[in-house]
Amino acid sequence: MLGKLSLSAIPFDQPIIMGAVAFMALSGAAIVGGVTYAGKWKWLWTEYLTSVDHKKIGIMYILVALIMLLRGFVDAVMMRTQLALSYGSNQGYLPPHHYDQVFSAHGVIMIFFVAMPFVIGLMNIVVPLQIGARDVAFPFMNSVSLWLTISGAALVNLSLFLGVFAMTGWTAYPPLSELTYSPDVGVDYYIWALQIAGVGSLLTGINFFVTIIKKRAPSMKMMHMPIFCWTALCTNILILGAFPILTATLAMLALDRYVGTHFFTNTAGGEPMLYVNLFWAWGHPEVYILILPAFGVFSEVTATFSGKRLFGYTSMVWATMAITVLSYMVWLHHFFTMGAGADVNTAFGIATMVIAVPTGVKIFNWLFTMYRGRVRFTTPMMWTIGFLVTFTIGGMSGVLMSVPGADFLLHNSLFLIAHFHNVIIGGVLFGSFAGLAYWFPKATGFTLDERIGKAAFWCWLVGFYVAFMPLYVLGFMGMTRRLNHYDNPDWRPWLVLAAVGTAIIALGIFFQLLQIVVSIRDREKNRDLTGDPWNGRSLEWATTSPPPFYNFAEIPVVTGRDAFATAKEQGGSTRGAAFHDIHMPRNTAAGLFVGGFSLVLGFALIWHIWWMAVAAGLGIFVTLLLRAADGNTDYYVPAAVVAQIEQGHS
Amino acid sequence: MSVDLPGQYSLIAPRPVAHGHHDGSAADGDALFGFWIYIMTDCVLFACLFATFAVLRHNVADGPTGRDIFDLPYVITETFCLLISSVTYGFASLALYRNASRQVLSWLAVTFLFGFVFITMEVTEFHHLVTVGFGPARSAFLSGFFTLVGTHGLHVTLGLVWMAVMMVQVARGGLGGSARRRLSNLGVFWHFLDIVWICVFTIVYLMGTV
Repeated sequence: MLGKLSLSAIPFDQPIIMGAVAFMALSGAAIVGGVTYAGKWKWLWTEYLTSVDHKKIGIMYILVALIMLLRGFVDAVMMRTQLALSYGSNQGYLPPHHYDQVFSAHGVIMIFFVAMPFVIGLMNIVVPLQIGARDVAFPFMNSVSLWLTISGAALVNLSLFLGVFAMTGWTAYPPLSELTYSPDVGVDYYIWALQIAGVGSLLTGINFFVTIIKKRAPSMKMMHMPIFCWTALCTNILILGAFPILTATLAMLALDRYVGTHFFTNTAGGEPMLYVNLFWAWGHPEVYILILPAFGVFSEVTATFSGKRLFGYTSMVWATMAITVLSYMVWLHHFFTMGAGADVNTAFGIATMVIAVPTGVKIFNWLFTMYRGRVRFTTPMMWTIGFLVTFTIGGMSGVLMSVPGADFLLHNSLFLIAHFHNVIIGGVLFGSFAGLAYWFPKATGFTLDERIGKAAFWCWLVGFYVAFMPLYVLGFMGMTRRLNHYDNPDWRPWLVLAAVGTAIIALGIFFQLLQIVVSIRDREKNRDLTGDPWNGRSLEWATTSPPPFYNFAEIPVVTGRDAFATAKEQGGSTRGAAFHDIHMPRNTAAGLFVGGFSLVLGFALIWHIWWMAVAAGLGIFVTLLLRAADGNTDYYVPAAVVAQIEQGHS
Repeated sequence: MSVDLPGQYSLIAPRPVAHGHHDGSAADGDALFGFWIYIMTDCVLFACLFATFAVLRHNVADGPTGRDIFDLPYVITETFCLLISSVTYGFASLALYRNASRQVLSWLAVTFLFGFVFITMEVTEFHHLVTVGFGPARSAFLSGFFTLVGTHGLHVTLGLVWMAVMMVQVARGGLGGSARRRLSNLGVFWHFLDIVWICVFTIVYLMGTV
């Protein structure tokens, strides 16, 4: 009846896990209680849960990212404290099978459920506004994407309470991830959480690609688009090319585990290295899926706060395109040690080094944008400058590892860990934080507290260096990744130092949470009444903060780059006063239901509850069928209503 | 409302331009474009499965090779069922352009029939192989074979379900509303599966037999 599921799946004997579960249950209960107490369920349902408005969906994506950031960070704290303790005779407090789940969950959560939703959330809020559109091309599909991502995240969190998570690392390499060596449900949680969230990402890719190509204001040419839209476009091209590979690869791993096929087993002709190749054929584009939107954020922030046009716009576009193409051609550098031979390794090594060229072009463009500008040191600008320094260091350590000979020494050492945290934290995360601070007033109508924001920045920056520079040293000292215990006395001080760095980052996260609370408390004081709090340059600042649900009463006319800045300089009008009927999509709960059924489907497949899987699959099918049969999915907002809303703002 | 002086650049056109609201046809165009993009991603998915098959095809683990198990005349019959179904879907599309909903319905029914015969033949082949002990768990070659061909078969099955739904929609509501757009998308999907099958036939069956 319940497949492999029984009461023994709940880890009652693990106080740490049960404590975490109790904490999560209490937080959940507090949220439910709070919403009930405030009588906000109806508001939540109509304004957010069933919304197809790209701005609301973007806010929900970012909320998911922030919540999962806390979860992933707790995993990081556990690893660093474990390694600060577990030297010599001290075994620390995390037994190996728990420690293995912690580092696997940390990687999966940070990549799939923090970085991805963060950049997708920013794209959601910003892209349609920057191109002068009313919404994305497929608003309902956008809601489906969101809820699939959330149900993937829910599955990962569920593994804490029921059963185990993967103990394979976030890459789940076979043969370790095969049934023979991972017979429990951990890898199945991994597979289905990623499959469900992955389908969501793929739909996002289709949606935003079509949006940027087809939904731009009629007068806006491609080369008029802000750089953030270009990077979003390239990110979505990468999603379209890369995510089907992940889907196919995980499907084959699932077949190995469920049907007994031999794709990646080390018996009956299976090829484990085939998985590794396929995984990174997705995985390398994936890192650019994450970093390109961050590059876009930095481009917007640098131009705005330097009070200048972006230096080298055209070269920025071409550099982004070059990175997009090159990112498909370097996957093998993740496993030079496979031993494909000197010729193959050299080709991939050179391709990897070549990526540094367009990236370098970008770095110089940002520097030259600041050069002789009137730089305003606001929080987004601080994150940007922090990024420029940090990411350059991380990039150089990457080029170092692209030399196959050097990589044979550094492969899977803490040097690698230091490198990719250097670029992901210094790049993707700093970029996301910069974007959050920059566009927060646009999405919510009030700015974030600058003083606390800067405190958070300094803690993150200093904490990052203290936590991760020691890992470079430890890599050179021969420490490999994923160790939960060691006997080498020389490593100890560096690991303790890294734990101190984690504590400083924790302070940074505390300031970020405080910043949000304080900013909400002081929101009346920090209202953005003009819609343009930073003296911005692109169209999103031309409308109010937060924008009306239709974004623009009249679709803007764009005849060049930085259209809004030009209009402001020349004193032309930026908002229309003649109103028309506006065609908009209706809210729908179908996306929420598809996500809910997907969660049940994933859960049933993980625990081999076949009847439930069939029922959930039918649920998805029927939901989509009903949605397809619904002829009443959109409507016209009468011009009089638009006029009323617009006059209310001015 | 501010009045723009000549020479000023403004985000608002001086007189209303005929941009209007996205009418039905523009939205349909976006949907068809989006569906093409989806087809491209499906292409990547199949490319992975083809690559996997190519890597694993000689790893027979002392089990049967393609030559031992493929019945080429049978597969050619199967192939022609699918190819003909693509032609008949073309006739359905022509009828769609003429707004002849009854003809659309009949051609959809013929297409469905050929598609159904194709999938029945494929399931029969699979069933036969599994019963004689050459299932997907026998060797890496067979894993690749069953997954590649089966994924195509799964797509065809979903296409058939979609086609059945469309027949109901056309029978009840004619060719108005969303029917035209959906039939165009289904056509793209159906012909795409035909092209994939030609690759399957060539790479799996022909190259596996000769």
